[in-house]
Amino acid sequence: MSALTEPRHYTSELNYLNNGWTLKSWLLTKDHKRIAMLYLISITVFFALGGLFAAAVRLELLTPPGDLMDAETYNKMFTMHGVIMIFFFLIPSVPATLGNFLVPMMVGAKDLAFPRVNLLSWYLYVLGGIFAIYAAVQGGVDTGWTFYTPYSSTYSNTAVIVTAMGAFVAGFSSILTGLNFIVTVHKMRAPGLTWGRLPLFVWAHYATSLIQLLGTPVVAITLVLMMLERGLRIGFFDPALGGDPVLFQHLFWFYSHPAVYIMILPGMGVISEIVTCFSRKHVFGYPFIAGSSLAIAILGFFVWGHHMFVAGQSTYASMVFSLITFFVAAPSAVKVFNWTATMYKGSVSYATPMLYAMGFIGLFTIGGVTGVMLATTALDLHLHDTYFVVAHFHYVMVGGMVMAFMGGLHFWWPKMTGRMYHEIWARISAGLVFIGFNLTFFPQFILGYMGMPRRYHAYPEEFVVLNVMSTAGSSVLGVGYLLPAIYFIYSLYRGEQAPPNPFRAKGLEWETPSPPPTENFLTTPVVTEDAYAYAEKEVKALV
Amino acid sequence: MSDAHVGTLEHTHDEEHVAHQFDNAQQQYESGNLGMWLFLLTEVMFFGGMFGAYAVYRTWYPDAFEIASRTTNIPLGAMNTLVLIVSSLTMALGVQSAQLGKRKRLAWMIALTMFFGLVFLGVKAAEYSEKWHHQHVPGLNWNWTEGEGGREVQILFCLYFAMTGMHAMHMVVGVGIMTWLLITALKGRYSPAYYNPVEISGLYWHFVDIVWIFLFPLLYLI
Amino acid sequence: MQHHIAPTRMYIGVFLALAVFTALTVFVRLGLEIRSFTIAISIAVVKATLVILYFMHVKWSGVLTKMAVVLAVVFLGILLLLTLTDYGSRSWQPKIPGWEKHQVVQ
Repeated sequence: MSALTEPRHYTSELNYLNNGWTLKSWLLTKDHKRIAMLYLISITVFFALGGLFAAAVRLELLTPPGDLMDAETYNKMFTMHGVIMIFFFLIPSVPATLGNFLVPMMVGAKDLAFPRVNLLSWYLYVLGGIFAIYAAVQGGVDTGWTFYTPYSSTYSNTAVIVTAMGAFVAGFSSILTGLNFIVTVHKMRAPGLTWGRLPLFVWAHYATSLIQLLGTPVVAITLVLMMLERGLRIGFFDPALGGDPVLFQHLFWFYSHPAVYIMILPGMGVISEIVTCFSRKHVFGYPFIAGSSLAIAILGFFVWGHHMFVAGQSTYASMVFSLITFFVAAPSAVKVFNWTATMYKGSVSYATPMLYAMGFIGLFTIGGVTGVMLATTALDLHLHDTYFVVAHFHYVMVGGMVMAFMGGLHFWWPKMTGRMYHEIWARISAGLVFIGFNLTFFPQFILGYMGMPRRYHAYPEEFVVLNVMSTAGSSVLGVGYLLPAIYFIYSLYRGEQAPPNPFRAKGLEWETPSPPPTENFLTTPVVTEDAYAYAEKEVKALV
Repeated sequence: MSDAHVGTLEHTHDEEHVAHQFDNAQQQYESGNLGMWLFLLTEVMFFGGMFGAYAVYRTWYPDAFEIASRTTNIPLGAMNTLVLIVSSLTMALGVQSAQLGKRKRLAWMIALTMFFGLVFLGVKAAEYSEKWHHQHVPGLNWNWTEGEGGREVQILFCLYFAMTGMHAMHMVVGVGIMTWLLITALKGRYSPAYYNPVEISGLYWHFVDIVWIFLFPLLYLI
Repeated sequence: MQHHIAPTRMYIGVFLALAVFTALTVFVRLGLEIRSFTIAISIAVVKATLVILYFMHVKWSGVLTKMAVVLAVVFLGILLLLTLTDYGSRSWQPKIPGWEKHQVVQ
């Protein structure tokens, strides 16, 4: 009750939030927790921006004729939506915020291995973001987020170079985050924290970091070559200069397919933490979930050609890529089965993070299974570049990653800020997100199967009902995302003070005050038990 | 083996350079070293994209590539290869000097490495100006008069400038790092207990050398 | 910290080997006038291995460093090989009987 009347920083103990109030103490901080907060604020801005572009797209598609905007403007809208959501929201979403905050705490370290590099990565992200916003102000870009040549390098009249530069710079921010995580996990674990005791969140981030390190440089050089071709006419991909546009797609997807695992693996790590905590059970098949993260990271590099079945790639290469794509579905399925098995006979409670986690499991499964459909070469000829593909990757990216991000944010918000949010409002908004999401994207599967192509601003009359459903759903989804923004900010000022472990969860991050002190732990923790030792503890309590 | 140290606290070494997030100098040394190796991993993939493009176009246009590689100056390329190998030797000896605590020799070795790096860049610049003179610079100054297949030949020159240009940019960064190393070495910052910056800068330098070891045969000899 | 400190002799020896290999690869091209991808790249691989093992101290490094080197080679291999599976197999495409009739004449 005192939380309502006391001033905001009434805790007398020193924590990372009240350790300095100046702007400089934030902008030049080397504390991984403060950098995580900087990231959280900046990705929220980009999420809102990307959401506005999405709203423009959905509004245009409310009616069959292209009446709200012309085709060029529509092209710019979906391109800016894709570029901002992928490079500036999804890729840094969980790793740079929750990962940055939690990986050092979960391994029992004082900070990441290279705090200055961590700060640099945020500045690179912001610099990349400024490029992207500048491109939007300059009149936008209309190539699609994939920057396919020769359209991007030769024919488009929009701000391609500036946008690609933004993605290039943001890529280095992602590389540096990954590098920092891998070194931290290898070298800075607390005494007793063996690889077999690492939280699955850390395993997922380790696998993600591997992809960031191995994949991102390839897209970086590919974008450089594309920019050289556009700016200086130094030919690499333009057939007029002797090049092959399909080579651009090879090099682009070598990164950009594994990049979808950069976007989903950290989310899977979040789900592993939430599901165990709210089932009060040891995770089912720990080594398999940990191993499947690595398997996804490595197999993910063998499948990029499934984006190019109709691009002029040889049929034989397509067959190989298709087959390996089926393999990569297996480790993802392992995870889904193991989470379900963890809930089985657990004492499941439906707190907000768990609602998001359950939403994740269902929606990700739909997204994953439709991915297998698309990996089938024969079916892909029919479904390629239709709304079926759009629905598929939104089920994985929004139904998967954004759900996991929201779940994780609700799970660790008390830890990060020291404040509790309003549980009832949080559950309502979780429900709204789930309903709004399905209403938005499920009709798109049907639209796509009926043959509505993506990236057109007008469509025939017979698609109108499903498109109206989709647009209506997107406004529900918008409200579902707006509510947390309100009650999270409200909780900072009026929220109840959070205890160190409000969800009675396991893990080193819960064994330190909320919000944590600057060096995370008052004394270096020593780990003596496996991760997720929920059942053991409670059985002992009963005896 | 490298993971076993976590619990052991050693305070026998020069602790003044240990950053707050590390327990001891050993942990800091291993972290810095691993960090640089991971960075080099990304560098391999960065150049890998261009090697991929090279592989594809070479299989497509073997004849054009042969014509184009005739115009490269093999003696200059070979000389540059030697220059870089010498600089790698001086760099390696620099790290060894730091390990042995020979501060004066360390400064000399860094200065020599820097010198050879600059020689390499000078020779590269001479080659570029020769290409410019012959109008063999795609996009900016391109005029192929040596017979058929100019469109295909152009691709090799595009790759030549992208690959050697990217390599030269890494050399420039390397020379910058050497300058900083030289200044700090002259201030006497490095000792057998603390020489991480020398060692990881050395790793970067050797990596740039390795890239050239592959660029030389691919662009000049075959 | 126990780090292997190699003697100056060894560095000089590796340097001489690298110089000899450089001379050899140039001699093959200019002296014998053989333009061989295999020879040139094999020599380059040997040279790179020498630099990695001795100049970069991988020979005396831990498992982690060795894994980083292997990872780099493996993933570079994936990038090159899988890209080339497409280019290598494009000409295998079977022609559908009678396709000539449907060819667009320009």
